[in-house]
Order: sequence, then structure tokens, then C-alpha cells
Amino acid sequence: MQTLESWGRLPKNSSPVLNWHWRHQAPALPAGETILPFGNGRSYGDSCLNLAGSLLHTRSLNRLIHFDAQAGILTCEAGVLLSEMLAVIVPQGWFLPVTPGTQFVTMAGAIANDVHGKNHHRDGTFGNHVLQFELVRSDGQRLLCSPQENPAYFNATIGGLGLTGTITWATIRLQPIESNQIDNESIKYGNLQEFFHLAAESDGSHPYTVAWVDCAARGRRLGRGLFMRGDHAKGASRPASKLALSCPIEPPFSLINRASLNAFNFCYYHKQRKREQHSRIHYAPFFYPLDAVSDWNRIYGPKGFYQYQCAIPVANAEPAMQEILERIARSGLGSFLAVLKMFGNMPSPGLLSFPCHGATLALDFPNMGERTLKLMAELDKVTLAAGGRVYPAKDARMSAEHFALFYPQWRELEALRDPQHNSTFWQRVTAL
Amino acid sequence: MNILILGASSAIAQAVIDGYVQRGATLLLVARDEHKLRHIADDARIRGAQQVETLCLDAATQGASQQLEHWLETLGLPLDLALLAYGSLPDQAECQTDLARLAQAIEVNFTSAALLCSLLANRMAARGSGTLAVISSVAGDRGRQSNYAYGAAKGGLSLFLQGLRNRLHRHGVKVLTIKPGFVDTPMTAQFDKGALWAQPQQVARGIIKAVDRGQDVVYLPGFWRAIMWVIRLIPETLFKRLAL
Repeated sequence: MQTLESWGRLPKNSSPVLNWHWRHQAPALPAGETILPFGNGRSYGDSCLNLAGSLLHTRSLNRLIHFDAQAGILTCEAGVLLSEMLAVIVPQGWFLPVTPGTQFVTMAGAIANDVHGKNHHRDGTFGNHVLQFELVRSDGQRLLCSPQENPAYFNATIGGLGLTGTITWATIRLQPIESNQIDNESIKYGNLQEFFHLAAESDGSHPYTVAWVDCAARGRRLGRGLFMRGDHAKGASRPASKLALSCPIEPPFSLINRASLNAFNFCYYHKQRKREQHSRIHYAPFFYPLDAVSDWNRIYGPKGFYQYQCAIPVANAEPAMQEILERIARSGLGSFLAVLKMFGNMPSPGLLSFPCHGATLALDFPNMGERTLKLMAELDKVTLAAGGRVYPAKDARMSAEHFALFYPQWRELEALRDPQHNSTFWQRVTAL
Repeated sequence: MNILILGASSAIAQAVIDGYVQRGATLLLVARDEHKLRHIADDARIRGAQQVETLCLDAATQGASQQLEHWLETLGLPLDLALLAYGSLPDQAECQTDLARLAQAIEVNFTSAALLCSLLANRMAARGSGTLAVISSVAGDRGRQSNYAYGAAKGGLSLFLQGLRNRLHRHGVKVLTIKPGFVDTPMTAQFDKGALWAQPQQVARGIIKAVDRGQDVVYLPGFWRAIMWVIRLIPETLFKRLAL
């Protein structure tokens, strides 16, 4: 039996796995049992798990179907990875319209989580660039979904966490590029206020912006970090670096603790001497720095880790982020992978889409049991009071009460849920 | 580089196709199911294959070799590599009682494969170059009660290839016998998977490497060579008592 796991490696998975091999042949589903489509397991928590039933693995649906290199429109099967799309489209002058921080997610996974990237302030979410897809329901119905056809299913499936049926293929619109290089500027900034100034100044001029935050810094240095802004470069492409690292074994305990965290963050912040640093780099290190270390999630040891990502509406963004960062810094429980970004105001078609116009913070927490859970529950309260929400794709523990307040529209998704589809996440957050 | 793949929709064949697409090869793909064939061919074209031709054919039907020959004749492309990747794993218990099922298992895994290999070998010999790579199985290395219908067909195929290799050596044609162990594919979907199981991508990399090196016989993954060596060493008087 195949064992699949979520990226945070908690909870531990034990579901039987069914494989879907050909898009025109739906596999026989186990009678009287729920299923959940599973792509490449990059969701952090339990939104990609179905402990009470089976997983329907769709990675074998990995074929490209059509690529219009003139118009920049790509159709491919559900299990094709973004990395596999990039290998074909970049040499022909196209790029993904939106990309998350890893290229190892599938087409259907990108839709089901309505993923976002460093260009959200300009281009919205992945769902904003989906033209159509096929949704297969467990009763065998095949629905072609687009903004014009079956719009209710189209909207509910974007950000729908695999609950409305199984996507077998999809079509997206790409963006034109001249080269595979990115002109990147890294700006060292001193505190949270400076972040907001830099974001306001840069979001009009740069399609890609994001900040790495030193989540161990406190007091007047709270929120300090490196602000990165970039754009696709003009001119010629250059070959990618072949450097590949991996975390081949699982250490018996988490390598991330208070001491290593403080030391790493201090060094990473001070590594950049100048206030501003300009460089021209390949798109892979710009968008996917962590993909260079395969299985990096193992550094957190056998207990796994949580990721917390919240979005706070623009009106309350600064004070709420201030409070959240203070609580995290005080706890000493954070990790070195903390990022801060401003979302734009482009609405997504996705019914349960996470981004809202405002600020978003994402960071990892090694699993230290109760202490970690308590801290995240406190952060939920701050997020809720500020009118924000928490990202289901990263979550393994938010309460049903909070979920219903973050996403009051969840009942609309529940109404369109395929009766045979469910997830551990969905059962947990809808158990009111 | 022109590559013919028989059984193009098998999981191992698809992974091999991916590997040769990256080298910009011309692919001649043969499979039974026209939908699957189209899905694979479209994918290969978009990913960068030089040219892709397809033939919908069931190798185990009467006249299959004539159809294949006619198609190859029409295309007129000299073959650098032909990979025979189809096969079917029958239920052993069924083969013991249902003789039609046994005949079918032997037809698919041995007879049809031997005919197509002969056809391809003759074409390659006439040209004086090419590699014929055929997926046999470790199951053909020794007969076991749990799997001897399939094992005998694959064992026969391995022996056939050995003879072919001996014959074609002086014509400059290479024959590669591929012996995979347990591979996680749709053919083995109903089995529980343990530590000995390999992924089709891993086996495909091994096939491409063995073709590049011009090897005669390759076990994939390589540790099966050692396992099968031990299994072949067990004396028959003892082996017949084992529950294998």
C-alpha cells in the first residue's frame, strides 16, 4: 500500500490510496466510503488528507493536452506539476500567470487551493487565470466548468479543497516573458512600518514583491527583514544552476529551536551589508528558493510542523501584524521561514478563496505540542478581531468556530460538495 | 533518433517515452487503446518530441505482425531502438483451471512477443544496426507455483531473446533483455507494496541507461540480479518443497 503524507507531516496519514491513470477512465470508487483527490502533497496540514476514507492519487494524470504557443494558453491533466509546465513553456517565452513558493504542486492542487504568489497585488490568484476545467463527480457526471458553463461549480471548485469532485484537466492563460531571468532587488529594512512603506511604494512599480521577516526580532526592530521586489528581465535567457541539495534523512528531533532560530535569523538579516542589492537571477531561485533542498520538511523531525498563514484586511493590517509579530517573537516558537506580503484587491472567482485585500503573514512552527497550538489559537483571535482569516491549505488545527467566522460562505461550498468527497480538514472545521 | 514502442500506454513505457522526448527523439507509438495512444502522443509532441506517429494495434490478434510491418514500411523510418513493453499478468489460479486463460497468457506474453521480435530483428539485421529492447521479467528466471503461467511465458521470451542476440551479434544488432522485479504499475495495482517495489520512472531510467551502454541483460532495480542468482542456486529437490 502506498503511503502519502501532507507537507507538514502531521497528522500522520494511513488512508488507502486509489490511483487515477487515464482522464477518460474514472477508477471504480470504494462503495460507501469517502474519497479525496490527492495531488503532490504540498498542502501543509490535513486539507489534503482523508483519514476516514481513501485518497484518490491523481499524479499519474500528468500529460499535457494542448499548448497554444501563440496565444499562451495551456491545457493539461490534473496531476501535471508546475515544474513540468515551466520546462515546456519558459523556452517558448511564457510563464505561469501566478505561482506559489514551490513548483512542485499540481495543476489541480493549484486550483483547489486557489494559490497565490508574489504578484497577487497585480494579478490576483491562480484562479483568476483558469479558463476552464473538467470536474468529475462521483456519480460519473463530467462537468465542463468555466465562468460561462456551470459557473457555480467553477467558483466552488476554485479554492474548493477537492470537495466538489475530481478535476481531470484544466486550461490556464499564461503570461509572456522575454527571458528566464528575473531582475531582483533586495532591500534591507528596519521595522514593520518600513515594510508597509516599501510595499506601498513598490506594489505599483514591481509585479513581484515579498518580504522575509526576522520573526525573532523584537522591540523597535519588530518586523525587520529583507524586502524583495522583482520583474521578468528583458534580454537573453541563461542556463539554470544545477545545484541540488536534499535532506536525505529525518533527524530524531527538530533542528529548529530557539537558539538555532535566533542565530539563523540574525545571520540571514545581516548577511546583506548594503541597504539595497540588485541582481539578475534565474526564475527558480527567485520563486522557489526552498525547492533547491528536496524534502526540507524533514528538518523538523518526526513530530512534523505547522504552518500559520493569515490575511488581515488593509484597514487593520498594521496594528494586527504588529500584535501577531510581537506574540510570535515573545514565544520564541517561530521559524526562519517567515514571509510578509501585501495582497491586492482583485477578487478571485473562488468561493472559499483565502486572499483578501490587505497583508498576509506566513511562517512555520515546529510542533512543540500544546505550546504551539496555544500560540496559534491566540493568533487566530487577533486575526478574527481584525476581520481576517486563516489559510486552509496550511492548516491542521483551527477550530470549527473560527473557521465558520473566517469563511461564513462555507455552507455554499458544503451544498455543492460531492457526497462521496470529504477531507479530514473539512470534517474537523465543519463539526459545529 | 527513431524509437518504436510497442505497448506505449504501459506505465514503464510512458516513463521511457518521457526520457526520450527530452532527447528530442522521433517516436513511433503502438498501443491497443486509441484514447490512451492519443493522450500519450499529444503529450510527447508538446514536450518536444521531434515527430510522433501512432498505430492502434492489439499485438495478440491474428495479423498483428503484418499490420505492424506494413505501417513501418509506409513510414519508412529506420529504427534505432524498438522497445517491446506490453505484457499482461494473469491470475495464476485461474490459469490452472481455465485453459483458455492459460493459452491467452502465453499468447500475449510469449507468442505474440516472439513474432514481433522476429519481425523487428529481421528489419534491423537487414540494415545492420539498431537495438531491440524487450521487457521480460525476473519471474522468468525460475518457475514458482504462485506465478508459473506468466513466469514460463516470460522465461520462454528471455530464452528466445538469448538466441536472437546470439544470431544478431554479427549483424551489428543489439538485443537487450530487461528483467524488472516488482514495479508499482496498474498491472500490479492489487498487490500490497513493500520495500522491494520500484517506481516505473526508476525502471525507465535503468532501461535508457542499459540501452545507452549496449548491455545484454539488465535486472531493474539492479539488486534483483543478486536475488535471482540466489533463487536459481537453490537445488530443485529443496525448491519444490518451498511455498514460493
